Amino acid sequence: MTARDEILASVRRSLHVSGDEAPRRAAVAARLAQAPIGIVPARGQGDAAARIATFKIEAARTAATISEVASAADVPAEIARYLREGNMPATLRMGADARLAAMPWAATTIEVSHGPSDGHDLNAVSAAFAAVAETGSLALASGAENPTTLNFLPDNHIAIVFAEDVAADFETVFARLRAEYGAGSLPRTLNFITGPSRSADIEQTLMFGAHGPRRLHIVMVGAA
Amino acid sequence: MSATVTTPHFKENVHEALGDARLQRALNQARNFVPRRAEAVARLPEFDALRDSARDIKDHTLAHLDLYLEAYQCKVEEFGGHVHWARDAAEARRIFLDLCKARGAKAVTKGKSMISEEIGLNAAMEAEGIEAIETDLGEYIIQLRGETPSHIIAPAIHVTRDDVEADFRKAHRDLPAGRDLSQPEQLLAEARGILRDKFLGADIGVTGANFLIAETGTSIIVTNEGNGDLTQILPKVHVVVGSLEKLVPTLNDAAQLLRVLARSATGQDMSVYTTLSTGPRRPEDPDGPEEYHVILLDNGRSGMLGGQFEDMLRCIRCGACMNHCPVYQAVGGHAYGWVYPGPMGAVLTPSLLGVAEGGQLPNASTFCGRCEQVCPMRIPLPNMMRHWREREFERHLSPAAVRYGLGFWAFFAVRPTLYRLATELAMRTLSLAGRSKGRFSWLPFAGGWTKYRDLAAPQGATFQAQWRAKSGAVK
Repeated sequence: MTARDEILASVRRSLHVSGDEAPRRAAVAARLAQAPIGIVPARGQGDAAARIATFKIEAARTAATISEVASAADVPAEIARYLREGNMPATLRMGADARLAAMPWAATTIEVSHGPSDGHDLNAVSAAFAAVAETGSLALASGAENPTTLNFLPDNHIAIVFAEDVAADFETVFARLRAEYGAGSLPRTLNFITGPSRSADIEQTLMFGAHGPRRLHIVMVGAA
Repeated sequence: MSATVTTPHFKENVHEALGDARLQRALNQARNFVPRRAEAVARLPEFDALRDSARDIKDHTLAHLDLYLEAYQCKVEEFGGHVHWARDAAEARRIFLDLCKARGAKAVTKGKSMISEEIGLNAAMEAEGIEAIETDLGEYIIQLRGETPSHIIAPAIHVTRDDVEADFRKAHRDLPAGRDLSQPEQLLAEARGILRDKFLGADIGVTGANFLIAETGTSIIVTNEGNGDLTQILPKVHVVVGSLEKLVPTLNDAAQLLRVLARSATGQDMSVYTTLSTGPRRPEDPDGPEEYHVILLDNGRSGMLGGQFEDMLRCIRCGACMNHCPVYQAVGGHAYGWVYPGPMGAVLTPSLLGVAEGGQLPNASTFCGRCEQVCPMRIPLPNMMRHWREREFERHLSPAAVRYGLGFWAFFAVRPTLYRLATELAMRTLSLAGRSKGRFSWLPFAGGWTKYRDLAAPQGATFQAQWRAKSGAVK
């Protein structure tokens, strides 16, 4: 018997089942197909304005910083300000996301480069797939548009959130993923990011910038 | 070659831990978890309802585990990943080493994984000349020290800042000897710099899994540092080591569990990075691993299903039980002698190692019940420790003094009249003997107690006698 057969046989022996029982199979198939929603906290719920307000409060609690701009065209200037005021070099790595590509970067002094990170980029920007009001989390999907390495290797990570993408809860984000990637499918990597990297492994002292970005800055577009 | 087991020497371990001033200092500094969890729970009115929901999801999954495992494997393969089934620790190690050898791997980065500790993966790699690099800051520290984790989510909780500085100076000899490492931030920065090169140079990255999702064939890891992510996206090969009970049916089910996990663990609403990995990189992906493997470990878990200890398989390894345990707080994690410490370890260790090896741990409880009160999965930990104690007793594994003592007590306990007479006599005697001071600083057969504190002298009458006198309600 292979290890697989032996383990499954042992599971079935312990559960006193054969694996062929129709009601068990139906219960599993139904749960996988329907993905029932459990308890969803009230905290993130509400209309768009309420969700955005909650997201901002919760994200700030995670030590992310947030600024708001009226339209996508204002993003480059806001990022230029953020980098300048933080005494960070005016460089920025980004993927091929069409929403980012359409922004007027040439109007700033930022030196923009494209593609994944090899570990030598200080600043990167990503367009978030969604944001979660409930916990102030960002959802970032892998791909050429927003390479996953940009979320982790640079010192400063900037995430663009479009106001219409602020979801109340995780279940809403999963529903959107099913709609965009197909049922039972996901991008290779999906990162829920809730604040900048941290560690408390030395005497429980909270320190930022463990292995991931030292700073997480969120630019909210279209909510103002 | 699994992690070394000193569990049968639990008593000696405890004596050593209680007498270790440095350890006691470190444990005293590590009391933040309790108030942080309380604050996070207070901020979420739905927390208790979520605990019920989380318990029900795991119970459903375990009752249908064979079918969810099959569904999960299909999905992993659909996305181009591989599932390797491992009956025990030795098989899991062999599978992993074969993957390493076939790819000529020399350096392996690791995200934090208790399963990797359970199967003794680092030692197995070292024996084959493969460099195993722990990347979680706490795990990195204890790897330098040649130790094992003493806590499942804060592996270096037993180490002080001074220790870390000394370890770093010893290990990082190519850095200037006069550098300032007085602040924890400087220690973190040094580890970050050293490990960054390791991340970029590794051949294989190994992570554990907090959850394995049948709906999508996804592994989920939860970290605060981002080390798990750099481990799983930078090398060409990502290997997940997970055990059977990590299975969760759907993403929505995982959302329920995630809502109780970080709150119970560190008191965060969410850990910083919750990452869902599905298969290897796709043609359009500019980064990510080219291969994705899952080693699915049984190691005794399938035998726990349907039995007295099945509830333990709901555990999501948050650490709340040990954070709230008076015994764990007094002795730390190493005293438990194997991979899993605290109340969850006291139940799981005898299940996985056998009662002969792990049977002492369920005695390391005052049965105060705080572990069960805070367990997000509502695991009846004290009850299960009691089951283990019964088995230990039945199998004549408890120490002779305990067995004779219990037998002596039982002789009286089943003879109520004799019991009343004996206790009344004993109380009167003790009351008379302790009349002058009102307490005893020494008593025969109770030296272990009186060595550390006095015993208050009884007032003269037993509880039963007083009860009878006051209400006459004793039947």
